[in-house]
Amino acid sequence: MDYALAVLVGLFIALGVYLLLSRSIIRMLLGVTIFGNGVNLLIFTAGRLTREVAPIVPAGLDQPAGPIANPLPQALILTAIVIGFAMFSFLLVLAYRAYQELDADNTDTMRLAEPEDAPRPPLSY
Amino acid sequence: MELNAGIALVAIAPFIAALLAPLVQRFSAPLAGWLLALVPAAIFVFLLQFIGPVADGQIVATAIDWVPAYGLKLSFLIDGLSLTFALTISGVGALIVLYAPAYLKGHPHLGRFMGFMLAFMGAMLGLVLADSMLALFAFWELTSVTSFLLIGFDHSRQAARRAAIQALVITNVGGMALLVGAILVRQLSGSWEISALGSLAGEPLYGLVLACFLIAAFTKSAQVPFHFWLPNAMEAPTPVSAFLHSATMVQAGVYLLARLSPSLGGTAAWSGILLVFGGATLLWGALGALRQTDLKQMLAQTTIASLGLLVMLIGLGSETATAAVIVYFVAHAFYKAALFMVVGAIDHETGTRDITALGGLADRMPLTFIGAALAALSMFGLPFTLGFFAKEEMYAGLSDGPWQDIFALAVLVAGNALLGAVGLLVAIKPFLGAEVTTPKSAHEAPIAMLAGPLVLGAAGIVAAVMTDWLAHSVLEPGASAIMGAPVPSHLTLMINPASIALWLSVLTWGLAVLAYQQAATIRTLLRRVGSLLWTADQVFDAVMFGLIRFAGAVTRALHHGRLELYLVTVFAMLALALVLPLLALGGIDALLPLSDLGDWSARLAWPDLQLYEWAVALLAVVGLVAVLVADNRLVAIVSLGIQGTAVALIFLLFGAPDLAFTQFMVEVLSVVILALVMTRLRLDERDHRPFEDLLRDGTLALVCGAGVSLALMVVLSGTLDTKLSDFFTATSVPVAHGANIVNVILVDYRGFDTLGEISVVMGAGIAILALLRRKKAAPAKPSRAQKATS
Repeated sequence: MDYALAVLVGLFIALGVYLLLSRSIIRMLLGVTIFGNGVNLLIFTAGRLTREVAPIVPAGLDQPAGPIANPLPQALILTAIVIGFAMFSFLLVLAYRAYQELDADNTDTMRLAEPEDAPRPPLSY
Repeated sequence: MELNAGIALVAIAPFIAALLAPLVQRFSAPLAGWLLALVPAAIFVFLLQFIGPVADGQIVATAIDWVPAYGLKLSFLIDGLSLTFALTISGVGALIVLYAPAYLKGHPHLGRFMGFMLAFMGAMLGLVLADSMLALFAFWELTSVTSFLLIGFDHSRQAARRAAIQALVITNVGGMALLVGAILVRQLSGSWEISALGSLAGEPLYGLVLACFLIAAFTKSAQVPFHFWLPNAMEAPTPVSAFLHSATMVQAGVYLLARLSPSLGGTAAWSGILLVFGGATLLWGALGALRQTDLKQMLAQTTIASLGLLVMLIGLGSETATAAVIVYFVAHAFYKAALFMVVGAIDHETGTRDITALGGLADRMPLTFIGAALAALSMFGLPFTLGFFAKEEMYAGLSDGPWQDIFALAVLVAGNALLGAVGLLVAIKPFLGAEVTTPKSAHEAPIAMLAGPLVLGAAGIVAAVMTDWLAHSVLEPGASAIMGAPVPSHLTLMINPASIALWLSVLTWGLAVLAYQQAATIRTLLRRVGSLLWTADQVFDAVMFGLIRFAGAVTRALHHGRLELYLVTVFAMLALALVLPLLALGGIDALLPLSDLGDWSARLAWPDLQLYEWAVALLAVVGLVAVLVADNRLVAIVSLGIQGTAVALIFLLFGAPDLAFTQFMVEVLSVVILALVMTRLRLDERDHRPFEDLLRDGTLALVCGAGVSLALMVVLSGTLDTKLSDFFTATSVPVAHGANIVNVILVDYRGFDTLGEISVVMGAGIAILALLRRKKAAPAKPSRAQKATS
């Protein structure tokens, strides 16, 4: 079961990388999201999988009765999901504004700061 | 002990004065020169008291602990050699500090200039007084830096900037060589102190050490082929040329050679190299001086020649030659600084320093003329001047030596004759003859500018007339320090017609007068030849521009500005970081021992997933594939939602309801926002990649994915350390009073982490708000504006 998820994580990462290598900003954004999901699953799987038992202590007890899912990766991933979403929103707006200002959604044509024909270093003192 | 501490103060006081100089300049402008000159004058007077003890053979030393843990000491030492140099530096320095404010009167950055000058003087005094080679190196580099600042003082002119950089680069190459040499010597001798050095002639690394110190000395003292920076350094204001680039800083190389000659000298390599390079520099500089018509350039070229002459004398290494080094150094410092100040005065008062545009100034500037004449007498080397003694000493003992000595003698006579001719030109041509109209109406220079030439010109004669004092107090201790053994003096004011040296002097004078009369012809001839030569100056430019081009090419190669290539680099590194350890540390073997597969069918177990779990995994795969192949934006957005939902379902199935809820919410929001934004943009959501890019990106993606999968499998095949999880599980209710362990971790055990997370979200929110609020019609909108106009 763990190994099957490991293969799935690999798929997420592979697709994320592939999309990030695109020149189109919007596809890069999709890549960021998918790569993030892949990493979350990676942490989740690395903490071992336990079916259906949430890490919640039943009422009236000090300790969970039986084996529970590992709570630590869950706490980490919860943080990661939220931060990932904040970053996704920011990048999306940034891409949107860049499109408005530069009329470009392709990284090759976004050369405002580093124009293709940038001046060479001056050959003088 | 009190005296000894004073030695260190000698090197430090000018730096303090340098810090105060701008203030002094601001608040006491008319008197600033006189006030600031007190510092070098006080140093001069303080150093005078050492003449007696040093002449009696004493060596005064002091040391301050610098880095005691490494046995590093800031050690200073006064012997005949360093005292001669230190007195010259502080004495000439006082006159220059007096001269400079008058020369640069009204310049807005005069205070800064005076600061640089005083800082340089401190560095130079430190250099000649230092005994520790590391201290020597530090002061040596400080002189390079201050020289850079002073040459580039008029930084709005390109020529000044170029000259400053050139001087810095050339002298710093030497500085690095000096450091290497010092470290090598430390390894050989076990001590940083020069005074503790024995002879290194037989050591295995002698050749390397010699090369290092020679490069240091030759770059600093402008020997051929490093000579070209010195004439360019004349871009500096004239007080700088008079002080740094004639009397003091350029002499640092000569000083280094003299200081090290007991340790490094006495070998065939030493004398051979010094004679050849010194001789070449002497003739090159002397001929170069006759080529020029700019008075300052003429003097710069003669400085090169004089430095070559001193290097030659050190290479000769005989008693008389060593005595000549000391006398010639002092004589040269006096007359050259004086002549530079004279040229500065002429330039200042007439507006030109072209020798062909000057004449008959003696009536209008009589005192300047006297200073120039006194200095020129010494440069020409008439009896009763220091220059005469220097010449006598260097000729003595060469005429009856082997052929090398005769050859050296011929070079010395020729060089001295040419230098004498230049001396006559500088002192006679502008002042005598018919009066020529100059850009400014000439009149006498102010007293602060006259003091230098007059005092130094007179000193060149007074010191010569006080022969016994000169011999006993300056020549003998100085020469003894260079030789490492007592050197007796035989200076005498008497002119001995039986001495061959005298007749060689007469020959020199004759040749000098001849060259003076034929100066115009010689100049034309030299210019015709000189224009054919490819100069080292041009080589320097070629090297510097080559360096800039190389740096530009490297920058463009690494910093090409194409985002996808940066990302390719990043992910290629990720792939390597994943795959290499797996291969090298046996991770793959642990998963699947390729060498011994055994019963491989047993390993090929079908994953034990439930049917609904298969369905969720399939959903994720479908979502991913759909994102990849989507050919319109809505399909892409929905597909993104599908894979996100699948992830949420996985969380839900494996006991993480909190994660599942959050993920669901985030997915819904993402899809909604994305749909809102993307429908506003006319984006082309299909992927256009050339085939080779597809291949490259696909390979990288697959390697990264496979690497992560395999690494995760290796992790899963090991044991999990559940210490932390167990702690949280066990203490969640009893200690933190919360039943939901994940929530307890987030808000309790790792509360600050969550605070950070909230801050990130808030920061992103503010940034988004700022981005959206920025007015669309902002002024900076070049791409569209350009498109509209073009």
